[in-house]
Amino acid sequence: MRILTLVRQVLDAEESVRIRDGEVDLNGSKLVVDTMDEYGVEQALRVRESGVEAEVIALAVGPERNQDALRTVLAMGADRAIHVMTELMLDPIFLSQVVAQVAQNENVELIFCGGQQADWDSHALGAATAERLQWPQITWTNGLEVHGQTLTGKHDAEDGSETFSVELPAVITTQQGLNEPRYPTVPNIMKAKKKELRVETLEQFHIGPKLKFLSAEVQAKTRLHKILDGKDAPAAAAELVRLLRHEARVIA
Amino acid sequence: MILVVVEYANGKVSKSTYEMAGCARQLGREGPVTALVLGSGVAAIASEVALVFDQVLVADHADLAQYDAEVWAAAVAQIAREGEANTVLIGGSRSGREYSPRVAVKLDAPLLEDAISVVDANGTLTAERYTYLARVTEKVEADAPVVVVTIKQGAFTAAMPGNQVAEQFDVDLNLPQRRVQITGKATEKSSRIALTEADIVVSGGRGVGSAEGFATLVEGLADQLGAAVGATRAIVDAGWRPYQEQVGQTGKTVQPKAYIAIGISGAVQHLSGMSKSKCIVAINKDADAPIFKISDYGIVGDVNQIVPAMIAELQK
Repeated sequence: MRILTLVRQVLDAEESVRIRDGEVDLNGSKLVVDTMDEYGVEQALRVRESGVEAEVIALAVGPERNQDALRTVLAMGADRAIHVMTELMLDPIFLSQVVAQVAQNENVELIFCGGQQADWDSHALGAATAERLQWPQITWTNGLEVHGQTLTGKHDAEDGSETFSVELPAVITTQQGLNEPRYPTVPNIMKAKKKELRVETLEQFHIGPKLKFLSAEVQAKTRLHKILDGKDAPAAAAELVRLLRHEARVIA
Repeated sequence: MILVVVEYANGKVSKSTYEMAGCARQLGREGPVTALVLGSGVAAIASEVALVFDQVLVADHADLAQYDAEVWAAAVAQIAREGEANTVLIGGSRSGREYSPRVAVKLDAPLLEDAISVVDANGTLTAERYTYLARVTEKVEADAPVVVVTIKQGAFTAAMPGNQVAEQFDVDLNLPQRRVQITGKATEKSSRIALTEADIVVSGGRGVGSAEGFATLVEGLADQLGAAVGATRAIVDAGWRPYQEQVGQTGKTVQPKAYIAIGISGAVQHLSGMSKSKCIVAINKDADAPIFKISDYGIVGDVNQIVPAMIAELQK
């Protein structure tokens, strides 16, 4: 079985966001593999390690620096990587065309994709890819087992947790709790340098964008910052209740 | 037409449905603002939304008793095509954000995901949305004959039910076979109001000390205020609270009138789920906790003293 796992390189959550000329500027910031995608990579490796004969292929679509993210994932244990190089900003509906075509070209049966993107805060890529391939999808997956052609596990739904069963091929989007992603070891980092990382260009895919990105800005809401000293707890509590009742008018 | 897929839960129309109606009215695109009700035994839901929409399409079918992404996407895309919809509005709930990309692909439409504002300028839709864990506001544009939009809960003014009762029409659907079998459900039953529907949310973090501390402080204050209860990832991971209460990047996003954070330091991932709340209140012993930077009101002090004192004050 071939497993495709999506890898997106995003701003480290601890870094602050800088805007330049109406765009988020990532130059000089620490970039990491999106945590939600790491769950997917880890799960693909676990499927392979569980005795299922599988090849794990990592896919990244984006600028050249994405190859750092792919090398990280190869060092975690992915077998090979594909990098579709582009400087364009791609919305998930557009991007899903690339992912679906790669999945078809590579005869993939299982795709892992992050449940929510840490940069574009989107949930759409996994579902859009599944639709293009006419595959079922499971979103927010936090438990997964492979039995032959059947996947079972559990995922988070609107109002609680559900257990599921679905036949391959399928798209799985990840959620916290699915696993604890491993750290690449030094020998594996060395080995990863020799693994195949194939570079393709976006032009090979003959597709067009769906959305135009106009601007980005950091809009911090002005807050009142009325912070009281709590040494005298009853007095501070009484004053806070008074402020919430009569000034903010948010409680009765 | 502008097609709005009605969201409801436990036999009640969700707030997001009225917000979508409000969004559709404010957009003012061509054609009737049309509700689509999908489900089984949904006559009461359809009558309720008939007071807000221009027309109501109802697919009341045993096959629709349980939500499924592929079934929902097929149904919505079919109705959008048949009705020549220029806009399809879907709620920003977890399921809405799960099946809406499929609808977009089926209609070869762009997707404006989790929009906080949408404006039509000469047929082109421009939306604002939060990105980078809700720290950035981005503006994107979709220029196409039909656009799929999911709206962020709490971002749009809800439309009020009027005196006009819209006509209802039954629709026939060609539904695909379900391929995902749901073999079990574990739903946390809570007597409290749902997190995403509540005007006030009281949330607790590691600073409450223990599961018992959470019950006394966070649930105690929430009960006093008729509020929903939220939690940080750290204490959900610790097993103190169920996942359904988690607020943040991998949990729920809330935007209540008041968010009261008790013993929460304010990690970026948590802030992304609540930073747009109208009024933020923090109680924490660490004056340097990041949560205070985005707070309107707060107390630097011991939650074990402050919160019981607040509960006592409210009971006066």
